[in-house]
Amino acid sequence: MFRNVAELVELAEKKQVKIAEVMIEQEMEITGLTREEIIAKMEHNLVVMEQAVERGLKGVTSVSGLTGGDSVLLQNYIKSGKSLGGDILLDAVSKAMATNEVNAAMGVICATPTAGSAGVVPGTLFAVKEKLNPTRMEMIEYLFTAAAFGFVVANNASISGAAGGCQAEVGSASGMAAAAIVEMAGGTPSQCAEAMAITLKNMLGLVCDPVAGLVEVPCVKRNAMGASNAITAADMALAGIKSRIPCDEVIHSMYLIGQTMPTALRETAKGGLAATPTGKRLEAEIFGRQKQMQS
Amino acid sequence: MKYRSAFDIIGPVMIGPSSSHTAGAARIGRVARTLFGYQPQKAVIHLYGSFAETYKGHGTDVAIVGGLLDFDTFDERIPTSLQLAKKANMEVEFVVERTVTDHPNTVRIKLYDEQKELEVVGISIGGGTIEITELNSFQLKLSGENPAILVVHNDQFGVVSAVTTVMAQNEINISHMEVSRKEKGKMAMMVIEVDQKIPAEVLKEIEGLPNVTQIIQMVE
Repeated sequence: MFRNVAELVELAEKKQVKIAEVMIEQEMEITGLTREEIIAKMEHNLVVMEQAVERGLKGVTSVSGLTGGDSVLLQNYIKSGKSLGGDILLDAVSKAMATNEVNAAMGVICATPTAGSAGVVPGTLFAVKEKLNPTRMEMIEYLFTAAAFGFVVANNASISGAAGGCQAEVGSASGMAAAAIVEMAGGTPSQCAEAMAITLKNMLGLVCDPVAGLVEVPCVKRNAMGASNAITAADMALAGIKSRIPCDEVIHSMYLIGQTMPTALRETAKGGLAATPTGKRLEAEIFGRQKQMQS
Repeated sequence: MKYRSAFDIIGPVMIGPSSSHTAGAARIGRVARTLFGYQPQKAVIHLYGSFAETYKGHGTDVAIVGGLLDFDTFDERIPTSLQLAKKANMEVEFVVERTVTDHPNTVRIKLYDEQKELEVVGISIGGGTIEITELNSFQLKLSGENPAILVVHNDQFGVVSAVTTVMAQNEINISHMEVSRKEKGKMAMMVIEVDQKIPAEVLKEIEGLPNVTQIIQMVE
């Protein structure tokens, strides 16, 4: 069993297989399930992700009314042909937001690694697929590659906003997606690790400050930036750029930063954007009466 | 390792909006129900930390109650579980606690009916993964992902070996086990996680052993 990214990369290189394959083999070993059963289980998750994006792109509104419809606005903008950032990048951003908009509307999604960060991995997958034309199996492998890196982060740091802030959620998701993009694009296992490191470095310190405690503001747009960060870092790693700080050390520093982050900035809705005048006003509007009754 | 499977990371499939505050909460509720054995008449739910601060926005309340009604994380009835609980004659009470707990996402669930009561403490550690950390004041660590039995017994020598001998004779493999007690020589509890469901006759045999007072079965 791999315990960190260095071991994961070494295993893949020694066996000359993809990171995805290392994850699938470990899953078989741990669960006793067959390869076919494990792949079928992951394909089910893939189908849930496809349906969530499809639903989001039709336009949804959350229960509170705070979020919904931004993914559609961005799709229309891409179609106008005026985009500056590149169509694949913006498509990923739009599809990441679509997933989180469905999540905020209490729709069905697949957590990757959490619900609040569920947009990044599928958003990037369904966007880069347009250029890379993967097979169905390669799309499933994408999710196993993402899982392998997320597995290391979850066991060595955290994937919980309440424990480690948004860096642990969207930061982890973004790093997982970057590594998976690299592998799908034909990069090496160590390039996957570089992409993860570059991504996570740029998410360190990101706080979890949801307005009114809802997984909406700023979560939907943090997923948007997470997707864009992942694609940029994947391109950098594929270009041969390396992280000066090794991936495992970046993950460990994320853990330490989470440990020292004040409680107000760890999913308690007491600091950051949640504590801004507008954040407070929105909270009062949404829960006004219920809150008064409680205190 | 806290996380053991790829599907702890890519998964669960769930109703939004939060894996820890919605899916994890639903799982803790469902494990509590399983430990109770059936739907209780009354549930008192104490919320701590981030659960206490943000439960309304995350649907933690409807998720826990959904779990108590035996709903899975992706059950689309979760958003309306409070009304469904009323229909099912399950009384529900929420208590917002200010005490600081070890883990920010902690819930204490007390379940009652005329015959018995059960108290469970669960934590939601991220991505929908949970741990049960306390049962009727016994400290323990239970993931709720594998079949398990909880054996309440007198704290005396030989009980652990008697129980595991019965399991060995019936070719049941133990994947994880721990023993805890409240006070030396008084009541103790074994938590035994296994790979497959334990047949009813084996449970009966264990329940009949000297010094064993109660068995709680936990099958997902």
